[in-house]
Amino acid sequence: MHGFANPARFLRIARWLTPALLVAGLLLTAASLFWGLTEVPAERLQGDSVRIMFIHVPTAWLGMGGWTAIAVASFIELVWRHPLAAIAARAAAVPGAVFAAICLATGSIWGRPAWGTWWVWDGRLTSMLVLLFLYIGYVALAQAVDREGGSSRIPAIFGLVGAINIPIIHYSVIWWNSLHQPPSLTTGGSAMAPAFLIPLAICTLGFSLLFGGVVLARMRAILADVQAEARLRRKALEA
Amino acid sequence: MREALDHWDFVIAAYAVGGVGTIALVAWSWLSMRAAERRRDKGRGT
Repeated sequence: MHGFANPARFLRIARWLTPALLVAGLLLTAASLFWGLTEVPAERLQGDSVRIMFIHVPTAWLGMGGWTAIAVASFIELVWRHPLAAIAARAAAVPGAVFAAICLATGSIWGRPAWGTWWVWDGRLTSMLVLLFLYIGYVALAQAVDREGGSSRIPAIFGLVGAINIPIIHYSVIWWNSLHQPPSLTTGGSAMAPAFLIPLAICTLGFSLLFGGVVLARMRAILADVQAEARLRRKALEA
Repeated sequence: MREALDHWDFVIAAYAVGGVGTIALVAWSWLSMRAAERRRDKGRGT
């Protein structure tokens, strides 16, 4: 893993991997969403509104996955001072926040026909909203640290502490009474019929590739800004 | 008594939110990356 700590080696790989992930992700996501809209049958209880699952579930997983990535990168930054870890953590924040916001919005839209309400303050919905606020706080904190020249360890500690919310989101439907259904996919198997499970799996893969491509693009942008700023500083010192 | 709601309105709204949000995210990240790399390369004089 430390082999990828070299920014030059990272850029050599990221240059071809970024467009590859984005194009493959867009194609897979578009195809599976079209499949979900046109080929998947209406569900017995939820009717046609079950199709919202193909956007809601992948974005929920990636909203949580984004913060897990921030926590892992923050840990690596704090322990091993990995040069790209801080950049990776910052790069995962905006896509994670966008997917968490899409998850909340599509969940609210799904809630109206399924539960008869747009929103309830139960454990799952509230902890997911807290995750969105954590993302916004992380982005603001990281920007303030960059602007004011503070220690990059501050957002890293915030990223690690915020990870406590991830198991809370996951277990909220088990710990507390909720309108939200318990997990349909567990290590013990799937409660979902293949007609729904297969397009959901492809859709999740497509959104995951998009997430990866966006994180790489953000890493390249942050790295380019850091390199440009370092050059300006060197020139100012030489002048 | 259950309300008679057309589920397709909700499905289309959710797909619109998801589609627009995802495409905007991909476009913004790609364009900001290209702009940042252009700024860096311009500073290098390449």
